[in-house]
Amino acid sequence: MKTIFLVAFLSVWVSTAAFAQEDLLKLAEAGDSAQKEKVSATFKATRLINGHTVETNGAGTLLFLISHRFGTLNSGAYNFWGLDQSTIRLALEYGVTDRFTVGVGRSSLEKTYDGFLKYKAVQQAAGGSPVTITAFASTAVKTLDWPENEAKYEFAHRLTYSYQLLVARKFTERLSLQLAPTMVHRNLVETGGGETNVYALGTGGRYKLTKRVSFNAEYFYLLPSDVADTFKNSLSLGFDIETGGHVFQLMFTNSQGMVEKFFIPKNVGGWNTGDIYFGFNISRVFSLGKEKREW
Amino acid sequence: MLKSLLVLGTVLWLGLVPVTAQSKYYTRTGFISFFSKAPLEDIEASTKQVVSFLEVKTGEMVFSVPMKSFQFKKSLMQEHFNENYVESDKYPKASFKGKVMNMQNVDLAQDNLYKVLIEGVLTIHGVDRPVRTDGTLEVKGRQLVGKSTFSVTPQEFNIEIPFLVKEHIAKRIDITVNVVYVPYVEKSL
Repeated sequence: MKTIFLVAFLSVWVSTAAFAQEDLLKLAEAGDSAQKEKVSATFKATRLINGHTVETNGAGTLLFLISHRFGTLNSGAYNFWGLDQSTIRLALEYGVTDRFTVGVGRSSLEKTYDGFLKYKAVQQAAGGSPVTITAFASTAVKTLDWPENEAKYEFAHRLTYSYQLLVARKFTERLSLQLAPTMVHRNLVETGGGETNVYALGTGGRYKLTKRVSFNAEYFYLLPSDVADTFKNSLSLGFDIETGGHVFQLMFTNSQGMVEKFFIPKNVGGWNTGDIYFGFNISRVFSLGKEKREW
Repeated sequence: MLKSLLVLGTVLWLGLVPVTAQSKYYTRTGFISFFSKAPLEDIEASTKQVVSFLEVKTGEMVFSVPMKSFQFKKSLMQEHFNENYVESDKYPKASFKGKVMNMQNVDLAQDNLYKVLIEGVLTIHGVDRPVRTDGTLEVKGRQLVGKSTFSVTPQEFNIEIPFLVKEHIAKRIDITVNVVYVPYVEKSL
């Protein structure tokens, strides 16, 4: 009886002393905010390859984006497999808030200006939303001279609108996947025919190979339509390479243009025929404005 | 003999339980900042979401720091900090488990500033390192204000710095800790 008592007493006393610190840490960890944290950096860049990602620029961040697509690989040795030609798009994107980004760009293809708005409506969070959702809307203005009798066209004929809902989930630190239902509305359908409203479903994702390099893939599936019968779906494969304030993206794609109105409804060639463009995007960020938060 | 043991046991047990329940001090809005001076740009961040407990009876002290709560001036720097350096997805928290070595010198009944010596194990990026530093504990009524500064290097916590940016990131990182403890009662958190 005496021994039992002693053992019981000692065990209570010893365990209290030994586990006090462990319990204290558990208590501390249970009370911190890590359980409700937002998931950040679903993708490295604001572009997956051609299309946008759910990412927006931080408040006060200006991003300068230079995009290049060379000619097609099947254009032969005479054109140095496409490197003789190139189309370019220059763009500036500015984060008005952490969730809202505005951007402008200018493509050499059809001398096109574009402007867009992007708003991150929902952010993936531990114990919160399973996905990040960003809404995207853009307008593109073709400024290339009309090929014939100018009088029969109006300014409105130059405009194309694109709307996209970007839904992405960072499954693991390495793997993120994105769905992008898209609608492109063309005020004027030029060559090749097809509908004014083109619907497509974009899919894609990234897999991080190292901390600073990821493999990306992107596919835009045109929903059954005349456009889908005439033109090819866009398939792009590429790599993101991040170095400090730059992200370099190298890609192969069967899309020549770098805005939605080109790379969704207007792909003439496919991968099977070698109509593949090599290209790159380079982005550089600049921090403008005041300090993000006071502290 | 049995009777006296019973009495002793009961007294100790009764004494122990209330003491452990009421001698804890805590905060969940502790402040930690770090700063490193580098040729290209200073790196600076802070958080106010530090949870810490102090057992004033024994001097035991713990900290839990959510890494993603650190706020930088530049959002890209913050992203790189989490993604490339401390790997916050893999190691979401830093922690400290240690002890105020001279807690007996601190008189909680006496408003005063006491110098303290803190020893323990700091865990960042999944790596444990012993830390020993000076600090102060100030008794202000029912509050206990703790302050300390110390330095670490990224290398000791296996935080890789790529060759390209090696020159841009300082070897030494100064950490400032600033907590205001209040007595802990169950359901404080």
